[in-house]
Amino acid sequence: MAYKFDFGAIVPHWELLLDGVILTTELTVIGAVVGVGLGIMGAWARASRTPVISQIVGVYVELIRNTPFLIQLFFIFFGLPALGVKLTELQAAVLAMIVNLGAYSTEIVRAGIQAVPHGQIEAAQSLAMSRLQIFRYVIILPALQKIWPALSSQIVIVMLGSSVCSQIAAEELTFGANYIQALNFRAFEVYFIVTGIYLVMSILLRMVLKVLGNYLFERRRHV
Amino acid sequence: MSLVELHAIHKSFGELQVLKGINLSIDEGQVIALIGKSGSGKSTLLRTINGLEVIDDGAIIVDGKKISDRDADLLGLRLQVGMVFQQFNLFPHYTALENVMLSPQVVKKQSKADARKVAEEMLIKVGLADKMMHYPDQLSGGQQQRVAIARALAMKPKVLLCDEVTSALDPELVNEVLAVVRQLAEEGMTLVMVTHEMRFAREVCDKLVFMHQGRIHETGDPEEVFASPKTPELSSFVGGLA
Repeated sequence: MAYKFDFGAIVPHWELLLDGVILTTELTVIGAVVGVGLGIMGAWARASRTPVISQIVGVYVELIRNTPFLIQLFFIFFGLPALGVKLTELQAAVLAMIVNLGAYSTEIVRAGIQAVPHGQIEAAQSLAMSRLQIFRYVIILPALQKIWPALSSQIVIVMLGSSVCSQIAAEELTFGANYIQALNFRAFEVYFIVTGIYLVMSILLRMVLKVLGNYLFERRRHV
Repeated sequence: MSLVELHAIHKSFGELQVLKGINLSIDEGQVIALIGKSGSGKSTLLRTINGLEVIDDGAIIVDGKKISDRDADLLGLRLQVGMVFQQFNLFPHYTALENVMLSPQVVKKQSKADARKVAEEMLIKVGLADKMMHYPDQLSGGQQQRVAIARALAMKPKVLLCDEVTSALDPELVNEVLAVVRQLAEEGMTLVMVTHEMRFAREVCDKLVFMHQGRIHETGDPEEVFASPKTPELSSFVGGLA
């Protein structure tokens, strides 16, 4: 008895998938913006002259990079309430994504900062610029430019990783797929379609990041 | 009173003692050349004058004020002491004009218009009126170095440090940079330069400082020092170049 494919069975549930796409996009955008911001601050702190600050960030980075995302998510959603921090599914999902991307992007941005020639930093010091001014005007833009492809990949990984958030019932795309599959048992069809949706979303996200990179690093005369 | 006074400067990198008690005073308008073999400590000495190297012992006194290694003091010191490097070190994401405008704007809080005016003036001075909107990678080494000089000058320093500013240049580009330095010297700018351009040092400088093994070995008027070196080390250094 051969399995009869019936993609039509998914059609009545298209709104669930659309909602999932929207939520996945929202999680990704917030996670990426705040996560990369956290990474930039983390990279700055890693270069701090105060060893304690640098070490604290180092511990954070290693803690996140050496544990599974699912466990980080469970810890935030199921673990933190024991400390009185009770978050909704969405809050927990977005926080987990921020914390996760923050750690990875700290290391990525740090690599970019280290690639800025030391002579440029010395030149900026000689021009009486403060550490923060040097970071803001001399270091960060060339640093981000160098690591933009790596950072873009990491953001895509985080978007795909958001599918794990279905495990705490955050109603993103994978959650929608699981739900539909539970209703009509059309596992092949629904996961086939969702695979395609993720693929398209990844490609689109890469394109958006490429355009954003071109815009950010375009030679734009300020005067 | 001298503009900059160095008293008993000591500096080590790990076990290696690079500066072993340097005393040097730099008067306003003076043009000083630091010469010596590589490893003699001349670049390190230059870098201590604007705090890029923190000294282990001794004192740096600028305009009568002793400089500590606190950030505020270092920034104050660097407002008065500019520096130009062997490798130009322009900021690659800014145009020549923006490179020169940046620090007056963010450090001295000048308005964009004021900063631009000064920057244009400096770039014209170094002969780059037509290259203001170029990015560093669109300029030759000599042009980049002249932008770097303009960038340092835009901060109106009292002293300009030049660390082998022609050593990274192709031979045919050396002269355009030296011409700018010579012009600054003639205008009365206080200059301290580490250089291997002996003829230039002889022609332009008021004072020659020969460093050997972390100490000032011989110093004096360039003509005299070159004509009749008092120590065998300088004699062999100068002779080796001739």
